[in-house]
Amino acid sequence: MSPAILLLLALGLGLAGWLAARARAWAFRRASPDGRLPSLPNYHAWYVALWIVLPVLAFVALWSAIAPGLVSQSVLASPAAADLPAFGFQRQTMLNEARAVATGAAPAVFNPEAAGLVEPYREALSHYNLIGIVVTLLIAFLGGVWAFLRLRPDFAARTKVERIVMAILLGASLVAILTTIGILASLVFETIRFFGMVSPVDFLFGTHWGPDPMASPENPDSSRYGAVPLFWGTLFIGAIIAMIVAIPLGLMSAIYLTQYANPALRRWIKPALEILAGVPTVVYGYFAALTIAPAIRDVALSLGATNPSSESALAAGLVMGVMIIPFVSSMADDSIAAVPQAMRDGSLAMGATTSETIRRVLVPAALPGIVAGIMLAVSRAIGETMIVVMAASTAANLSGNPLEAMTTVTVQIVAMLTGEGSFDHPATLSAFALGFVLFMVTLGLNFIALSVVKRYREAYE
Amino acid sequence: MTVVHDNLEKTQAKMSAKSVSVFYGDKKAIDEVSIDIPTEYVTAFIGPSGCGKSTFLRTLNRMNDTIPSARVEGEIDLDGQDIYRSGMDVVQLRARVGMVFQKPNPFPKSIYDNIAYGPKIHGLAEGKDELDAIVEKSLKRAGLWEEVKDRLQDSGTALSGGQQQRLCIARAIAVDPEVILMDEPCSALDPIATAKIEELIAELNGRYAIVIVTHSMQQAARVSQRTAFFHLGKMVEYGRTSDIFTNPHEQRTQDYITGRYG
Repeated sequence: MSPAILLLLALGLGLAGWLAARARAWAFRRASPDGRLPSLPNYHAWYVALWIVLPVLAFVALWSAIAPGLVSQSVLASPAAADLPAFGFQRQTMLNEARAVATGAAPAVFNPEAAGLVEPYREALSHYNLIGIVVTLLIAFLGGVWAFLRLRPDFAARTKVERIVMAILLGASLVAILTTIGILASLVFETIRFFGMVSPVDFLFGTHWGPDPMASPENPDSSRYGAVPLFWGTLFIGAIIAMIVAIPLGLMSAIYLTQYANPALRRWIKPALEILAGVPTVVYGYFAALTIAPAIRDVALSLGATNPSSESALAAGLVMGVMIIPFVSSMADDSIAAVPQAMRDGSLAMGATTSETIRRVLVPAALPGIVAGIMLAVSRAIGETMIVVMAASTAANLSGNPLEAMTTVTVQIVAMLTGEGSFDHPATLSAFALGFVLFMVTLGLNFIALSVVKRYREAYE
Repeated sequence: MTVVHDNLEKTQAKMSAKSVSVFYGDKKAIDEVSIDIPTEYVTAFIGPSGCGKSTFLRTLNRMNDTIPSARVEGEIDLDGQDIYRSGMDVVQLRARVGMVFQKPNPFPKSIYDNIAYGPKIHGLAEGKDELDAIVEKSLKRAGLWEEVKDRLQDSGTALSGGQQQRLCIARAIAVDPEVILMDEPCSALDPIATAKIEELIAELNGRYAIVIVTHSMQQAARVSQRTAFFHLGKMVEYGRTSDIFTNPHEQRTQDYITGRYG
């Protein structure tokens, strides 16, 4: 409860500081000989408000991280805690229970042993809440007063506020980058643990995938951790079958929409295509599993295949291909539309037909954007899970036959993490190694896409 | 109104427009323009911005077809045949009537491929040797050969603005057209590059019928032998360039060339 209240408090104080500083700045302005200040009164107001709110926010973030620890510590130091079981699960359960009752989240304790802890908890909570509020007020007050005292008629509040705003924006852009680094770090850590148990060579080049979560975690059978069938399945479904569908269809629809369609039709078709991108992948999964996969099996039967699988890489790949058509087509559409009209005119004036112009001038000029769109679509496709789970099974299979059941990296990540194995079992940890490989591959693809775009971007100008 | 065709000597008209009007939607951009364009001379279209000179130029190889709302009335003949008749192949027309644009627009391809583009789509060369010969001839005629002969595989967009424009002229020449339309070809170039283009126009004169739209009256005076003055979508006066600039018949022409407006 306390962080929310502290935040409200900070905002209230910030507002008060804002109003006070604004009033003061207006007073400066009235007193100044020409009725002008280097900075508008609002900048003075924002300067003070930011000096109140930002330190408080920093403190609240810090406080909500350490306060629970401080509370537990003081509860454990109380005499009632001496009766607790020394270690482990039970001890934690009781503490949690007492905390729930003390904060009002639960009506009464279930374990009688926890009852004695409720009172110390309540005391500690109110104690630290009080400290939190007092410190918040103190920080807000100090920040506000310091900033307020700096206000002068010639104070450069505008520059200062701009600088603070820039720092906030920088922080916002760092969040995404830091998150990526954090994700990578956690993946790397678990991956290293996994490679401590299973050799990376067996993992990257082995051709048999069948981790046994029930086997003893000691000395796992490395030969069961060969991920090549998964890499192949991912590549085959996401990068080959899906792309065979998505690249031509996406490109052709982009060409039609930019070069041939009349504006009224374009206004309808373009949003309709983009709706495809908004359909949840689970829904595509139904479609693949219930409609496409049986149809493919029937066709295979009628063509004389013996005992075709009801789940197939082809079904998953086809539907996935349809799913990513909008990615390819909208990137291609944008980059074809971005080719200067002068190129088109130049080609037409040479006596080229529309289709010659498209093939020989527009598509080559738009190629960087088209390639980038395809790369993004591939990384989207190889990260896709639901369609494969529903239409292509979870059985690892190293085969070039699109009618056979296959599985992909992402599907196995889910299977391993939701399996029975404990968290330090190599079968579970293999999910992180798979995730790490996938991350590196998509990172590589995006990197290639970006450098392609960058290298050829100035082709026309 | 009368258009003064100032006792021009009888020449065989390469192209001839008869009462041509152009509409953008409901707006009339060109009003009943009639003009004969000879092969022997460079014809300049001058006039203030928005007077319709570029629009009219673009009707001569049907580039206005690419603008959905544009509509052309009247008749434009190329060697006596109406280019707006049904059954006219626009592709063939544009191979015979080439165009150079205001801003140099080389394709993002190599210098060689820029020139080879037209001959390839029109099937003018059998085999590599013939294509090489066309490329060399076109670049020589455009006065660019000496500057680029050692780097034909470099991108056309890497050339300077003036070189790019000469590349575009070479590209137009490569399909061996009969008429070359130039839409303010020097407006994006510096004076030295402009001088080179003007020299080039003088050299090409006689081999091709050249029509140049220009904003600069000095340029029209330097490069052309025939000048048409356009104003508000109408052709006000057409005659020998020397007459238009020294002894115009129309008050509006007089006002324009003496800088009273425009």
